[in-house]
Amino acid sequence: MASQVVPHEHEVTTLKHHFANDEQQKDASTIGMWVFLVTEIMFFGGLFLAYFAYRQAYPAAFASASNKTNLWLGAANTTVLICSSLTMAMAVHSASVGKRKLLVAFLVLTLMLGGIFLGVKAYEYHDKWVHHEVPGYHFDCEGCDDAGHAPLFFSLYFGMTGLHATHMLVGFVILVILIFQSAKGKYTAKWYTPIEMFGLYWHFVDIVWIFLFPLLYLIDRSKTGLK
Amino acid sequence: MNIEPRSFQLFPDSASNFAGTVDGLYLYMVLISAFFSLLVAFLIIFFAVKYRKRPGAPVPPPINDHSIGAMILEIAWSVIPLGLSLVMFAWGASIMFTESRPPKDALNIYVTGKRWMWKIQHLEGAREINELHVPVNRDVRLTMTSEDVIHDFYVPAFRTKADVLPGRYTTEWFRPTKIGDYHIFCAEYCGTKHSGMIGWVHVMSQEDYNKWLSAGSGEGSMAEEGESLFRQLGCGECHVRDGHGRAPSLRGAYGMIVDLADGSHVRFDEAYIRESILYPQAKIVAGYDRIMPTFHGLISDEGMLKLIEYIKSMGDPNGMTLERSGPNEPANLQKTGPQMSPESEIKAPTTAPRASAGTGKQQ
Amino acid sequence: MITAPPPVHVKKNYLNEKTGLKSWLLTSDHKRIAILYLIVVTGFFALGGIFAGLIRLELATPAGDLFESNQYNKIFTMHGIIMVFFFLIPSIPAILGNFLIPMMIGAKDLAFPRINLLSWYIYMLGGVFTLYVLFTGGVDTGWTFYTPFSSSYSNGYVVAAGLGIFINGFSAILTGLNFIVTIHRMRAPGLTWFRLPLFVWAHYATSAIQILGTPVIAVTLFLLVLERGLHIGFFDPAYGGDPVLFQHLFWFYSHPAVYIMILPSMGVISEVISTFSSKKPFGYTFIAFSSVAIAVFGFLVWGHHLFVAGQSIYAGLVFSVLSYVVAIPSAIKVFNWAATMYKGQIRMETPMLYAIGFIGLFTVGGLTGVVLASLGMDVHLTDTYFVIAHFHYVMVGGALLGYLSGLHFWWPKMFGKMYSDVWSKVSAVLVFAGFNLTFGPQFLLGYMGMPRRYHVYPPEFQVFNVLSSAGASVLGLGLLLPAVYLTWSLKYGEDAPPNPWGATGLEWQTQSPPISENFEVTPVVTHEAYDYSTVQEVVHIG
Repeated sequence: MASQVVPHEHEVTTLKHHFANDEQQKDASTIGMWVFLVTEIMFFGGLFLAYFAYRQAYPAAFASASNKTNLWLGAANTTVLICSSLTMAMAVHSASVGKRKLLVAFLVLTLMLGGIFLGVKAYEYHDKWVHHEVPGYHFDCEGCDDAGHAPLFFSLYFGMTGLHATHMLVGFVILVILIFQSAKGKYTAKWYTPIEMFGLYWHFVDIVWIFLFPLLYLIDRSKTGLK
Repeated sequence: MNIEPRSFQLFPDSASNFAGTVDGLYLYMVLISAFFSLLVAFLIIFFAVKYRKRPGAPVPPPINDHSIGAMILEIAWSVIPLGLSLVMFAWGASIMFTESRPPKDALNIYVTGKRWMWKIQHLEGAREINELHVPVNRDVRLTMTSEDVIHDFYVPAFRTKADVLPGRYTTEWFRPTKIGDYHIFCAEYCGTKHSGMIGWVHVMSQEDYNKWLSAGSGEGSMAEEGESLFRQLGCGECHVRDGHGRAPSLRGAYGMIVDLADGSHVRFDEAYIRESILYPQAKIVAGYDRIMPTFHGLISDEGMLKLIEYIKSMGDPNGMTLERSGPNEPANLQKTGPQMSPESEIKAPTTAPRASAGTGKQQ
Repeated sequence: MITAPPPVHVKKNYLNEKTGLKSWLLTSDHKRIAILYLIVVTGFFALGGIFAGLIRLELATPAGDLFESNQYNKIFTMHGIIMVFFFLIPSIPAILGNFLIPMMIGAKDLAFPRINLLSWYIYMLGGVFTLYVLFTGGVDTGWTFYTPFSSSYSNGYVVAAGLGIFINGFSAILTGLNFIVTIHRMRAPGLTWFRLPLFVWAHYATSAIQILGTPVIAVTLFLLVLERGLHIGFFDPAYGGDPVLFQHLFWFYSHPAVYIMILPSMGVISEVISTFSSKKPFGYTFIAFSSVAIAVFGFLVWGHHLFVAGQSIYAGLVFSVLSYVVAIPSAIKVFNWAATMYKGQIRMETPMLYAIGFIGLFTVGGLTGVVLASLGMDVHLTDTYFVIAHFHYVMVGGALLGYLSGLHFWWPKMFGKMYSDVWSKVSAVLVFAGFNLTFGPQFLLGYMGMPRRYHVYPPEFQVFNVLSSAGASVLGLGLLLPAVYLTWSLKYGEDAPPNPWGATGLEWQTQSPPISENFEVTPVVTHEAYDYSTVQEVVHIG
C-alpha cells in the first residue's frame, strides 16, 4: 500500500520530512490543489453573480453591447485554449511514463498555444480601446442600446476576461519554470506531482473560459437589438 | 424651531401605530433572553460550586451521552428554542409585512436625503429642511431618494426606518398616534456630518396641520411645478395627450401594467418614470421606436419628483383623476405668486465626468 | 570550599534548538510560525484597542470636543478594520490552530509548512498597507465600505485599505487550505474523525468557511478598487450601477466571517470546559456536527444585514427564518457545555474562568442576535447601538474571551512556563466586569434610538455613554495585565510540566515546550477522545 522511500546516503528523496510516506504526500498535494481551485471558483463567482444581476436588470443594454464582441476571435481563442488543455494532458501523460523529451515538447506546445490566446486577447482589448468601448472617461459606444447601462457590460467583460488573463499569465510563468525543470530531468515516472498539479490548474483556467465565452460572446446574437 | 433638549429617558417615546406591537415583541424577546441567560448562568455557577473538585477524589466516571435520556435532552434543547424562535420570526415578519405595504390612501410626502440634510416636499408645495410636519392619526407614506450616498430615515419614536438610496425610490410609512416632536436620525453612515444629519418630526392635529400647509412656501403644488417642467423640456411634443404622438400618452398610465417591446411587462410607477427619463432605451413600450433622448444631467432629483407628481395627476383617459393623495382639502391651492419656471430644477448638461465631493481626493 | 551550582539543564525544544533572526524568519516549523503570528497579532490588537479607547473617550460627552468629525470617522473605521481582519479572523487559527493542530493529530507539521510561512508574510504585507493608510491620513468609510460613499465620495485612502484587506485575505485562505489538507491526510494511525479533539473539528469547519468565503470579499474589494479608480460603474447609480449589489457581495463573505471568528473560540471552550471538569464533552457528536451546521447555514443568512436596505420582503423572510435556524446549533453547544460540567470535577483555573465567562456572554450575545433576526424588530434596531452591543458581546465576550482562555490554557505547553495564578484571575474578573459595564448600557442606548457611527449625539444619551466609557477603562486595564504577567512568566515563571492541567489530547503527552518534531515517535491512538481515566493525578492545583 504505502511505498516507503528510504533514502540512501547519496540518494535524493522527494519525500518531505513531515510526511510519513509518498502516498500521503501525493494525496496532500492533490487535495491541496483541489481546495485551491475551489477558492478560485468562489473568486470568479463574485463576478459571475454581478454579471447575472446586471444582465437580468438591463437586458437591452447587455444584448446590444455583447454583440460588439468579435465572435470569430472568441471562437478561435476557445479552440486554442481547448487544444492547450489537450497538450497539457499529453504532457502529464508523458511524465507519467517517463518520456522526458515528449514532456518538454508538450509543455512548450501548451506555452505556445497559451501565448496565442493572450495575443488574441491583447488585440481584442486594443480594438475595444480604439472604438471607445472601455468604460471610463472616454467611453462612447457607437450603436449601443441603453447606452447609460452599456458600460456595465464592458466593465464585466474586461473584469472577467482580465482576471482570466491574469490567471493565464501566472500559469505562463509557472509553465516556463516547469519547462526548464523538465528539461533538466527533475520529473520522473515515480514523481511528477508538480506537472500533474499544474495540469489541474491549467484545466481549471480553461474551464473558466468555457463559461466566459458563451456569456460574453454568444448570447443574444440572434437579437441585433430590440425592435 | 427651537426644541427643548430632552432629559434622560430609559425608553423611547411611543408615537406611531407600530410602536405598540414592536415594543410587545421586544418584551417577549427580552423575557425569553433573560430566562435563558439566567438559566445558563445559574446552571454553570451551580455546577461549578456543587461539583467542585475535592482533593483526593477519583476521576468521575464518564456519563453516557448516547442514552435515551441524553437524546431526549438534545432534542428538547434544540426543538424548544427553535419553537420559541419561530414565534419571534412570525411576529416580526408580520410587523414588517405591514410596514412594507403602505395603505393606498396614505398621505404622500417626498423626502430627499443629501449630505447632510433632509429635504422634505409636500405635494401641495410646502417644503422643509430637517423637519417633517405630519397630521396625527393619518397614514403617511414617505417616498425617498438620495442625491448622493446611501442615507437612512429613522424615527425611533415610530420604530421605523428605511435606507434612502441614490438612483432609486424607497418608501416608509407610519401613522403617528401622539402629538409631539420626535427625533429624526440619519441611520446609514454617510460621511463627515452623518451625526449632524438629524431633525424633528412634528406631529400636529389635523387642524394645525392644514393651517401649517396653507401658510405654504409661496410656490405652486408639486404637480403644478411638474407641469411647468414638462412644458419647458418639451415632453409634450412626443407624449401627446390623445395618444397619437411618437411616444405613448401618459394619461392615466400611472399604476397600470405596461407591455414592453421585448415581451416583458413593467408596472408604471415612480421607478419606471425615473428610469425612462434617465435611461430611455432600457424599457421601451411595445409598438414604439427607440427615439427618446436621455435627460440625464438635465433634471435634478427634486425636479424629477415634481415631474412624477404631474404625471400622476394626469388622471385616466376619460379625464378623471385616478389618485388623490392630498390632505382633506381641494387639490388646487391659491397661487400667491406668478408662475415662474423653477430654474433650479433644470440643470445645464455637463459633459465633464462627475466630480467627487471635496478636493484633493486621495487614492 | 565553594562548589559551583549544578548546571541548569534546559531541555532541547523548538524555541532553543536554532537561534538567530534568520532561523525565525525563514522557519518552516508551525510552532515558530504561531509565535510569529502571536507577536504581530498582539500588536494589531493593541492598535485596535487604542482606537477603541479614543472612541469611548470622545463619546463620554455629547459634543464632538476631542476630535473633528472626519478624524472620529477615521478612528472607528480603523478600529473596525484592524479588529476584524487583523485580530479576530487570524487570532485563534493562526496562533493556536497553527501551534496545536499538528500536535493534536500526532503529525510533525502541517501539510504545507512553507505555505504556512508564506501566509504569515502575506499577513505582514497586508498589515503594511493598512499601517500605510493609518499613517498617511486614514480611511473613513466604516469597515463595511458601502458604496457609493466609498467609491465616489470618500476622501480617505480607500484603495490602499481595500488592497490591504485583499492581500490579508490570501493569508486566511492559505491557512484554511493548509488545515483542511492536514486534518484530512495527516492524522496519526488510529485517530479516526470521531476521536479528534473538538478544537480540530472547530478549525475544520472554520477552514471550510475561509476557503469558500474569503475569495468573495477579495473580488468585491477588487471591484471596489477598480470602481474608485476607473469609475467603471458597478456600484454607483450615477454610472448605472447598483449600490445594493455591493452590500450583497460584501455580506456574503462578512457574515460567514463572523463564524470564522467564533467557531475556533468555541473549539477552545470545548477543550477547556472538558479539561477542568475532568469529563468528556457531553454530546461530543452533537458539538462536532453543530460546528459543521454553523459553517453551512452561516452562508445562507447574509441578507439579514440588508433588511432595510431595499431588499425585497420575500428575501427578508427567507433570511430571517434561516437566521433563526443558524442560531440553534450554537444553543446546542451552550447546553452541551453546561451538561459537561454536570457531575464533573470542577477546577476554577484561569482558563476555566474565561471559558465560563464566554458561555455567559456568548449566550447574551447570541440571544440578542436572535432579537435582531426578527424582521420587525430589526427595522427599529438596525444601525443603532443595539447592533454594536450585540456584536461586541459575541466578538469580545465570545471570541476574545475564548482566545484568552486558549492562550492561558496552552501557554505552559507553548513556552514551558507557568504564569501568575493571582494576576491572571484578577485580570479575568476585570475583563468580565469591565466588558459588561462597557457594552451592557449600549443595548439600552440602541433601543432608545441612538444610531451607530455617531460622533455627536443628543444629550439624553449621555448617561449610558458615560457608563460605557467608564467600563471601557476597566476593560482596558484587564486586557493590559496579561501583556505584563504573561511576558514576565517567560523569564521568571515556574517551569511547566508536560500536562499541568490534567488534560487529554496528544499535545499534552509531549514535553513543554515541545521538541521541533513534536513527537519522538509518531503516536498511535487506541482510546476514544477525552479519556480521563488515563490521565494521572493533576500536579498543579491553583
